[in-house]
Amino acid sequence: MRNLTLSVFAVALTLPSLPALGSDMPRDDSGRKDALTLWGVQFEELEYRYSDDDEEVGVWNGDAFYGTDELKFRWQSKGEYAIAEQAYEKLENQLLLQTPVSDFFDAKAGIRIDTPEGPDRTYGVLGMTGLAPHWFEVDASLYVSDEGDTSAEFDAEYELLFTNHLILSAALDATVAFSEDREIGVGKGLVSTETGLRLSYDLIDRSFSPYLGVVHERKYGDTADFAEAEGGGTEDWFAVIGARVSF
Amino acid sequence: MKKALMAGALGLLMPVIAAAGEYNITVDRVMIDTGDFVKEGIGYNGASPGPVLRFKEGETVTINVTNNLDEPTSIHWHGLILPYQQDGVPGISFDGIPAGETFTYEFPIVQSGTYWYHSHSGFQEPNGAYGAIVIEPEGREPFRYDREYVVQLTDKHPHDANRVMRNLKMMPDYYNRQQQTVGDFFADISKHGFMTTLQDRLAWGDMRMMKADVEDVQGFTGLINGKGPEQNWTGLFEPGERIRLRFINSSAMAYFDIRIPGLEMTVVQADGNNVQPVTVDEFRIGVAETYDVIVRPKIAEAYTIFAESMGRSGYARATLAPEEGMEGPVPELREAPLLTMADMGGMPGMDHGDMTADASGSMEGMDHSGMDHGAMIMVEGGASDPFYAEGSGLVPVAANGGKFLSYADLRAQNPLYEEREPTREIELRLTGNMERYSWSINGVKYEDAEPLKLQYGERVRFKFVNETMMTHPMHLHGMWSILDVGAGEWNPVKHVISVQPGTTVYMETEVDAPGQWAFHCHLSYHAASGMFRKVVVEGGPDQGNTAGVEVAKDGGDT
Repeated sequence: MRNLTLSVFAVALTLPSLPALGSDMPRDDSGRKDALTLWGVQFEELEYRYSDDDEEVGVWNGDAFYGTDELKFRWQSKGEYAIAEQAYEKLENQLLLQTPVSDFFDAKAGIRIDTPEGPDRTYGVLGMTGLAPHWFEVDASLYVSDEGDTSAEFDAEYELLFTNHLILSAALDATVAFSEDREIGVGKGLVSTETGLRLSYDLIDRSFSPYLGVVHERKYGDTADFAEAEGGGTEDWFAVIGARVSF
Repeated sequence: MKKALMAGALGLLMPVIAAAGEYNITVDRVMIDTGDFVKEGIGYNGASPGPVLRFKEGETVTINVTNNLDEPTSIHWHGLILPYQQDGVPGISFDGIPAGETFTYEFPIVQSGTYWYHSHSGFQEPNGAYGAIVIEPEGREPFRYDREYVVQLTDKHPHDANRVMRNLKMMPDYYNRQQQTVGDFFADISKHGFMTTLQDRLAWGDMRMMKADVEDVQGFTGLINGKGPEQNWTGLFEPGERIRLRFINSSAMAYFDIRIPGLEMTVVQADGNNVQPVTVDEFRIGVAETYDVIVRPKIAEAYTIFAESMGRSGYARATLAPEEGMEGPVPELREAPLLTMADMGGMPGMDHGDMTADASGSMEGMDHSGMDHGAMIMVEGGASDPFYAEGSGLVPVAANGGKFLSYADLRAQNPLYEEREPTREIELRLTGNMERYSWSINGVKYEDAEPLKLQYGERVRFKFVNETMMTHPMHLHGMWSILDVGAGEWNPVKHVISVQPGTTVYMETEVDAPGQWAFHCHLSYHAASGMFRKVVVEGGPDQGNTAGVEVAKDGGDT
């Protein structure tokens, strides 16, 4: 659509000078001179989790993008669905614009909308994402909620190649809150971490890679106290089975 | 289906009909069967590759190209010297050929040798739209042969080219299955010691570069004249005959190392121009290059034409035999090469000047982020070639330990131009960002670039500085690329100049063709992601048209 608009615009620009051109002048409808516009969909995690407390959870963490090297629109979605309770423990969608700021890093900005079971929140998002030296994929975001609370999230992932198809990936996700939001159970300070180890096998190219893994979730400080007060746990171990998917 | 069949039948009749310089080509959807997979693609006269077009030097050819696709197409006559309006690059030479329409090309044939043609629209070429051109010379050739075959290579991928591009943009290592593993780490430790191995990995990790990044797009099946290794294209011969093999690399991405175990090859032509004969055991053919070699099998045996990709992720295979059905032994693929720090020599901000200058390959005295590169893992054996960085991991070595062709061996048979001083030098840094899979010239992608302006009548010296870790086959349309091998007037005349990582290569061009031309890396996915330029030749006999070109640049989106 954008290409079409651009072409029409270009043709319109050319029109007044047409008489001077003669009939054999080339007109570029090949699109080569336009920025390459691409799309993609990826699920880093699409999995079933079974906890040491016999809790069953369906989890996804994925994103879809559309855009050019210079500017991408990205829709990022994360969810945790408690199967017994039939309720979303976590449901988070981010709508982001992303642009390069260095060879290996992009800046991103947008909004995050949380609509899990319980109170909703909307956040403004500012962040950086990219590849750090030694092949660590990192992502850092700063959030300001509609309640005025600020928090930050840091993600890192590293892949170890046992073979070119059998890959162990280690992921760490940590959240820090700069103020308390009691209503959603978030205390000031280190809020929670999620650490995962997943052993995957690239079955169909890199578009379908089933994996087995283990995930550890932990809450800290006031956040842990709030969880305990509500009768919840503060630490969980999960066995996970799922697949990395991209198309 | 019926249409395809009819088109196919027409294709068979082509050589009969096409006398007197008139040719008809249809552009069709075709099925491509590699033996490993069957894939829909684009072909000419119902097949991929298209028919071999045989022209005669001195004739004027008329070629009617009918587009049976539901999208625009074009045909570029790769390496042919012709008026720019006939060059077949949509948006630069002409408007392209809309779906369902016929475009008539007409141009004089002013050269001889082996060339090829392909679509210059979107990714039609990697999807199958290519064929060979053979031009018979007016005069006698400086070598003799009894029979000849076109040997046209490609790297056919099971994925549609648009999908390949998208995957590379999403994950630049999407197709790279030669990355170093935990196993390689321990193997290196036992070979080089723990500290050396660790420092080596840290140095590469620090740059976020992969040693194994030699072939971006793996998973292809190498084809020769449209046949996969199992389908085994076969050329017949009688023992004692001289056979001229016209090698053309029509790949999207793959360089091939070619050998025929048991036979020496005498290289007589490069990119359509005769060179002083040089006998080799093996040669590397860059994307879009052509080499003509003469072989002389003396006994009635089957010989394998074996073409390993430079990154050893795939191969093409064919056979020369006294009769159909005979097969020679097919060699194993050799070990995949790994890049070295020398191949990173061109990276900006890395002072590796010492490395390339120091013929001993010693890396002492280098200081990079406190790393002691003296301890890094280097290639052993010390094969060298002036067209590769000193200590490069990519320097080719003949499988039988014999002679491997180098650019440095190429000498023109007859100088095409009088030797003269270039009027100016233009530096073109070949740049890119592997992680983003974006490629550019002087750091600017085509979409943001102004055309490169040349003056008719000047002789330009181009200085290619490869700042990336990939090899780039640079192709200037419409005018010859005289490769500087240090032989003065005997420098070979080419249309593609392969520039290896971490090297600087010079070529000179006599600017003798007015109009506007494409100039790009011939790796399909590098060209499409920005390593492309429009060249405008100002002045010259075709002044009127060139003036028009200027207006188009200002007003139009070309």
